[in-house]
Amino acid sequence: MAPLIETQGLTLHFGGLRAVDGVDFILRAGDIHALIGPNGAGKTTFVSLLSGRRLPQSGTIRLDGADITRLPAHARVRKGIAYTFQITSIFPRLSVFDNVALAVQSRGAKDLAAKTRAALARVGLQGLADQEAQTLSYGHQRLLELAMGLALHPRVLILDEPTQGLAAGEIDAFTALVESLVPETTVLLIEHNMEVVMDIATRITVLNFGQVLATGTPAEIRANPAVQEAYLGA
Amino acid sequence: MKMGAAGIWFVHLGLIAALFGMQFLLSPYHITNLARIMVLAVFAMGYNLAFGYTGLLSLGHALFFAAGMYAAGLSAQLWGVTAGPGLILGILAGGMLAAAVGLLALRTAGVSFMIVTLMFAQAGYLTLLYFGAVTGGDEGFTLSPASRSLLGYDLSTDTPRFLAALAVFAVGLILSLAIIRSPFGRTLVAMRENEDRSRMLGYNPFTVKLAALTLSGLYAGAAGAAWAVLFGYAGASFATIQYSILPMLYVLLGGAGTILGPFLGALLMFVLIEIATGLTSAYLFLVGAALVALVLFAPNGILGTVRERWARWLP
Repeated sequence: MAPLIETQGLTLHFGGLRAVDGVDFILRAGDIHALIGPNGAGKTTFVSLLSGRRLPQSGTIRLDGADITRLPAHARVRKGIAYTFQITSIFPRLSVFDNVALAVQSRGAKDLAAKTRAALARVGLQGLADQEAQTLSYGHQRLLELAMGLALHPRVLILDEPTQGLAAGEIDAFTALVESLVPETTVLLIEHNMEVVMDIATRITVLNFGQVLATGTPAEIRANPAVQEAYLGA
Repeated sequence: MKMGAAGIWFVHLGLIAALFGMQFLLSPYHITNLARIMVLAVFAMGYNLAFGYTGLLSLGHALFFAAGMYAAGLSAQLWGVTAGPGLILGILAGGMLAAAVGLLALRTAGVSFMIVTLMFAQAGYLTLLYFGAVTGGDEGFTLSPASRSLLGYDLSTDTPRFLAALAVFAVGLILSLAIIRSPFGRTLVAMRENEDRSRMLGYNPFTVKLAALTLSGLYAGAAGAAWAVLFGYAGASFATIQYSILPMLYVLLGGAGTILGPFLGALLMFVLIEIATGLTSAYLFLVGAALVALVLFAPNGILGTVRERWARWLP
């Protein structure tokens, strides 16, 4: 099967810091693909390149075989690459409904209210639609962020540390929700919580110093001696 | 309190009806003043779409106002165009100039955007002075009575002038309410609230902001052209920085990002200046004191504060 997203030699250096350094990467359709690695390994920078928030110095990014390396971020969203922020980024002074409606109407304003309510119901926020988004609890704001991503009906949903700061019960609900998205939506997940990664990921890529250390199934990654040495510390 | 769509429209259309009724209650002097206020409110409504809703702080709107004023004024003077086509020309001139400025100025944001728009407006003002032989420069020129007719009515008489000003105001008000309540209006507010997030929802910030600025320019052009044909005068003094700051003050006073705020701000500022000039020649001192009080006690403007405390439904 052709990869949904494929990068070749993707590189972005900040001065002497090799944040992303010649990354070859393949995202297969229908996977929950986790991106792991120590702090500063270049995970967030790498997905910023995929989503178009940053442009690479060299290398290519292909979506379904088409070169999108130079495409601006908003155009990639329209092609189906959605990104949810590591630090929750919502419209704090707008209502919960308006937050999600903005995502829905970006694909066309037909049946806006019904589609918005459906997206809210999917994450369990339907009862809070009229609230100002900034008054939500942190966990609910994370869910709102996810609802906005889902409402875009993306082909690829990039989740940047979605469980950070969530309580244990919230994490369970969250992982169940993410698992319910595949295979219609392909998920690329940056995650520090190894339990979550080993639980739901179908594939894992380990980044270290901006380079790919290993890619494989959770079992393969667990058994990889280089990964153990560099990261898992076991 | 919650308010449905019907209630919101009722409030706004009610204001238009109340203004219509004012012509039977006020003296001719006050009717003319109210016509001026409504035209200035149209200017401020346009400014509010860019600044209040989209978050674009421009210091160059005098340029778009003057574009409308001179498009109507010069076409009347040079080619004998009457008020109706003059208004349309003015609206187009304001919109086109705003789009052209936006194409360049929207590459910047924040303080840089303020400065770039200010520079364009100053260049426009100096251009009007440079071609003083045609534009009349600072002294300006008066429009011929023949050109100030609209559908056969003489706009230099009180009632037609008032009704024409009300018509322009009503269209502006209804249009801005419709825009803000539409999905597009939500996109404008999204740019103000979180541009980065908007981009990651698939919106191109540049085109959204360009649309907002162009729309804002259409309003400014309409107001400038209306001023020319209703009050019979066009002059470069309307292209000075003062006329970029005035709509901002109206909007801040009435409430940025509220539909009725621009009108309320224009009305109160006009009244305030009337009273202050009656008391002292240093009237700007009193106006300044009022603005300081506003910033201290109601930084969101009057209707912004009303919305915050009592009427969350206020669009």
